[in-house]
Amino acid sequence: MKFKLDKKDFERFLKDLMEAYDLFAPVQLAEGVSVFRKIDQPEEVHLTQLVPQKSAKEVFFPQSEVMFRYETVEHREPILSEQRIERERVLLGARPCDIEAISILEKVFAGEDYTDVYFLEKRRKTTIVTLSCNHPLTTCFCSSTGGGPFRRDGSDLFLTDLGESYLVELLTEKGMAFSKNRFFREAGSKDFDLLKELEEKASKKAEASIPVEGIEKRLDLMVESPFWDRIHEKCIGCGVCTFLCPTCHCFDITDEAVNLKGQRVRNWDSCLFPIYSLETSGHNPRPTGRERTRQRLMHKFNYYPKNFDRVACVGCGRCILYCPVHFDIREALLYASSRRSKGQEGQSR
Amino acid sequence: MIQEKLREKAKELLSKKEVDLIIGFSEWTLPLRTTPVFIRTPEGTESLAWNSFCENNLATYLHKFGRFKVGIVVKGCDARSVVALSLEKRFPNHRPLLIGVPCQRMVDRKKVKKAVKGEILQAVEQGDLLVVKGEDFEVTLKRDDFLYSVCRSCTHRTPNQADFLIGDPVEEFPLDEAHPDVSEFEGKTPEERWGSFEKEISRCIRCYACREACPMCYCTECFVDSTRPKWIEKSLSPSDLAFYHIVRAYHQTGRCSGCGACERACPMDIRLTHLTQKLNQEVKDLYGFETGIQPEVPPPLSTFHPEDEQGFIK
Repeated sequence: MKFKLDKKDFERFLKDLMEAYDLFAPVQLAEGVSVFRKIDQPEEVHLTQLVPQKSAKEVFFPQSEVMFRYETVEHREPILSEQRIERERVLLGARPCDIEAISILEKVFAGEDYTDVYFLEKRRKTTIVTLSCNHPLTTCFCSSTGGGPFRRDGSDLFLTDLGESYLVELLTEKGMAFSKNRFFREAGSKDFDLLKELEEKASKKAEASIPVEGIEKRLDLMVESPFWDRIHEKCIGCGVCTFLCPTCHCFDITDEAVNLKGQRVRNWDSCLFPIYSLETSGHNPRPTGRERTRQRLMHKFNYYPKNFDRVACVGCGRCILYCPVHFDIREALLYASSRRSKGQEGQSR
Repeated sequence: MIQEKLREKAKELLSKKEVDLIIGFSEWTLPLRTTPVFIRTPEGTESLAWNSFCENNLATYLHKFGRFKVGIVVKGCDARSVVALSLEKRFPNHRPLLIGVPCQRMVDRKKVKKAVKGEILQAVEQGDLLVVKGEDFEVTLKRDDFLYSVCRSCTHRTPNQADFLIGDPVEEFPLDEAHPDVSEFEGKTPEERWGSFEKEISRCIRCYACREACPMCYCTECFVDSTRPKWIEKSLSPSDLAFYHIVRAYHQTGRCSGCGACERACPMDIRLTHLTQKLNQEVKDLYGFETGIQPEVPPPLSTFHPEDEQGFIK
């Protein structure tokens, strides 16, 4: 089912949404810096930055999340769980890559072996309104990792910016709940033609260029490759790539307590931090950047694919755009797939 | 041309085996950027680049290569960091050889991106101009309008401490008065200052890119990672963020070269170099000391002289 939503009605559309749902969308924190946040005022919604620094994973898996609080009162220890969320949610304005990443997280947090109540509660109560990617960046490589700028899987509603309006596609039962929305107008053949044109243009621009198929097998043979001796050298071991990555999902659990009152919190963690793998004895099985960089790439392109049959990368390009030393994961992948990269990420000099 | 001379020098050092490794910059996949490279063969030096996008302070890599004889490409600020590290006895085996390039001052890529609409596909320097191209635009910008703020107020562009200087020393511009970013901050009321600090750090994601990009942050265990004692929690509460950023700045007192690598590394564009610049200014006013300028003068906070300024102790 397809409709049209005029941009002049957009803020009022959001206002309506917010009456029934908690709305999560990109907001701009500073010029050129945006993240997904709960929206208080419709005008905060900021859809122009193609890849906000922090991805939409934060709506389901916040960087810092209180799991429960506790307090000892006269020998009894009440534990107050924080998993429940009261209102239904809408995530609006994430691009197809971020939505694809949520399905990657789902396999881990809501899979057969293990269920994470915190993730699941949010996922179940969220309706996803995706925004198409009309102008992919040159750092985008979603088509190479199984996605695409107009990939609709995982979306309940799918918006395409037509200039003066959005074309709205209702794709699921959750999406169909919007079919009577008072701002939706009938869309015509002109709109569908434009949609087709935009989709073709974007898909052409984002054509697959990085060969990831079968990469886990090639990496199997590369565990002790000299490749790792060089590739990590420029990595300074910060957490930018892992924290901004929409699929990275490691966390650390700590207790923040004062006297008899406290809370258990989980925070994102990064395999590139030396302390990540430091054991109580003082031994660190991943003592240098070599092992840590290998872990980052192996998890995405070897361990995860072995478990779940797809790479744990959606090609959003955040790790390329925001890396302080300009590490380019595409070049590492080109090399690993034995197509020679043009320089450092693959070969020593 | 500087780039050619730089390659020649690096090639010579590697050919004569005076160094095992050259750390320099190379062009890479994105416009407005270079990437650090580690070169071990004379032929590899062909990839060395020099332009206004050589923004990283490569001295931060020296901690990784202590066992090797390293030749390192340095700007004025980077050379100062190396000298400061040397005074902190970070090079017990081999003192790195400094290949100094007088710095034209680096271009702030974030600022350039803000000046155009659309993705930048190419950026070419033509003298003082910067020609920036995208799919459907081409703009010519004045390079000097897009410098990093720390570069605009830089007073030591020529790395005089270098073992080899590539090209001629450039004109220095001493600051007549206080550092502009510092004066702007100082012009605010205490409440405004705290407000602006809180606003900046509220974007922090604790990725520690600022810490890792800084050559002077080399503790085996950073205070934020210590669990016994636990100085700080790991979440994003405003007090923990403030604690981290204040302590990080304080630990730089008398050690910071003002290179601004911390700010440039930040993915969230948190701008806090006025804090370290203020500390640099205080150290200069109190002790007449500037980080990494004189290789034989130890940093004031690591030494004691009875005649030291003590008026601030109350």
